[in-house]
This record gives sequence, structure tokens and C-alpha cells, in this order.
Amino acid sequence: MTLTFEDFPPGHFGSYGPRHVTREEMLAFAAEFDPQPMHLDEAAASRSMLNGLSGSGWHLCSIMMRMMFDGYIGRTASLGSPGVDELKWLAPLRPGDDLMLDIDVAEARISRSRPETGIVTFKGTVRNAAGQALCEMTSPIIVKRRDAAAVG
Amino acid sequence: MHFFEDLKIGQRREVGSFTFTAESIRKFAAQFDPQRFHLDAEDGRKSLFGGLAASGWHVGSVCMKLMVANGQRQAAEARARGEEVAVWGPSPGFRELRWIKPVLAGDTIAYASEIASKRTSEKRPQWGIVQARNTGTNQRGELAFSVLATAFVPRRGA
Repeated sequence: MTLTFEDFPPGHFGSYGPRHVTREEMLAFAAEFDPQPMHLDEAAASRSMLNGLSGSGWHLCSIMMRMMFDGYIGRTASLGSPGVDELKWLAPLRPGDDLMLDIDVAEARISRSRPETGIVTFKGTVRNAAGQALCEMTSPIIVKRRDAAAVG
Repeated sequence: MHFFEDLKIGQRREVGSFTFTAESIRKFAAQFDPQRFHLDAEDGRKSLFGGLAASGWHVGSVCMKLMVANGQRQAAEARARGEEVAVWGPSPGFRELRWIKPVLAGDTIAYASEIASKRTSEKRPQWGIVQARNTGTNQRGELAFSVLATAFVPRRGA
């Protein structure tokens, strides 16, 4: 069943994962989008502020997007997102990490300019297997209301 | 790359352009964001975007790609002049990321970065913390992407 605006009341929404991240995919993403030595080279990474090979923050964001898609956005009447209010990279993504994603609905309101839709603001937190938060994001998504979704 | 002391508020650099082909949009989306409007031209046309649209995370990741490439070119030029080269640190995050206009198949986005604020780190005195407004403008001159990004930048002589 397709999820609509009414299915996202404020509060905890769900937990998703684990998503295993391999060294190979970390290096592949970094090579294409973020080829800084701290993301590609063990020796340079060990001298960096992050003390060892770390994944690109944009890779972590993209993995979080996929976890959200697999968790609920893939079956939500989503019309897209206008942006991200705030994103914090709190600790490095490491090769072999098993990631868990927690999603809360921070706010849900009906759109003034497009009243057949609502704006649901999610807070997502990605943690590693030790429970350490790697990333926190606050981002709104535009979602159809139930009556509008039924029409198509 | 510049040291913290060399950066001035309002200083702007053009970091490069990228054309989002349908193939590159679908490839990124299939891996990270397989919503229909990022995968299928017809579904994209019927969506709010009005065409096959790149994932916002693709638009942001390409910004990172061009920033790194631009920084590496600057570093090579500085090295060639015999200057000391700053190696920038990681980013603690960003704010106010806005996907203002859809990036559709065939669009070319020109990215730029402008220094918005700078301060020294209290916890890490050898580092400064710099905020930059990074933007992406399409071939019609419309602002499509904007983000206020933060990074650790090394201080000279630290």
C-alpha cells in the first residue's frame, strides 16, 4: 500500500538496516566523486584528522538515501525534496561498517501553496554497529495527501 | 589549496561544469536513489520535475567532485611555483542545502564556491573552520543548487 501524508505523524517512524559497506564500494565512490587522499590512500588517511581510511560524506548521504528508499520512500507518494535543512557528519564511515538508520518525523504540515500535498520533515540518524552516530540529517519531503493520491 | 589565512570573505572561485547525461543520471539513481522520476524519462515527464531528473545527491556529489578537482589543479600550480600547499581537512557538515530547480538530462551545471565565513577552531588551534556558499547554475543562468558547506582548513605554519 502506498504511504501518504497521513501516514507520517510526528514521532519515531522506523529503523532500517543493517547495510554493510565494503572497502571496494567506498573506494569506488571516492574515486568518482571525492578523490581526496583521506578517502583513497591508507597512508595519507592515517595522517589525516580522521586517523584512517574514511568514506566520503557524500557517499554516506547517498547510502542513507538508498536506505530511506528501501525502507519507506519507495512506497511513499513522494514528489521529491526541496533540500536539506542541516546535515552533520559526526564520525567517519569506515570500511566494513554495518549501518543502521533511524527515522523520526520531526514535523508534518499541509502545504499552503499546494494543498493537495503535505511537507513531512524527517530527522534521520545513521549509526554504526557500535551505536556511534555517523551522520544526522534534517530534511523535508513533499508527500501527496491521501485523497490526492487516490485520484492519481 | 589555500591556507586559512589566505581566504577572504566574499572570495569566489568557479570550480567547473558538468553535463548530466541521461546515462549518468540513471546510473547514480539505480545505485542510490531509484525513485521512478530519476530512472525513467516518461515518469520524469509526469512528475513535478517535468523530465528525467538527477537525484539531488548526484547533484551534490558532482559539486564535491568538481571542488576536489579544482583544488587539486590549484595545488599543482602552487607546487609548480614552489609554494607550500595546504591539505584541507574533513567537513563537519552543511546547512541550507536547496535543490532549487530540477537538473534534467542534458543540463550543464556550472558550480562556484564563495567564502561566507571563517573562524579559528577552539578545540583544534592548528585548524580554521570555513563556511562556503557552493552553488550550481544551469545553462539558462538559473540557480539550481545551493548549499552552505563547512570545512576544516589548515592554518599557515601550524
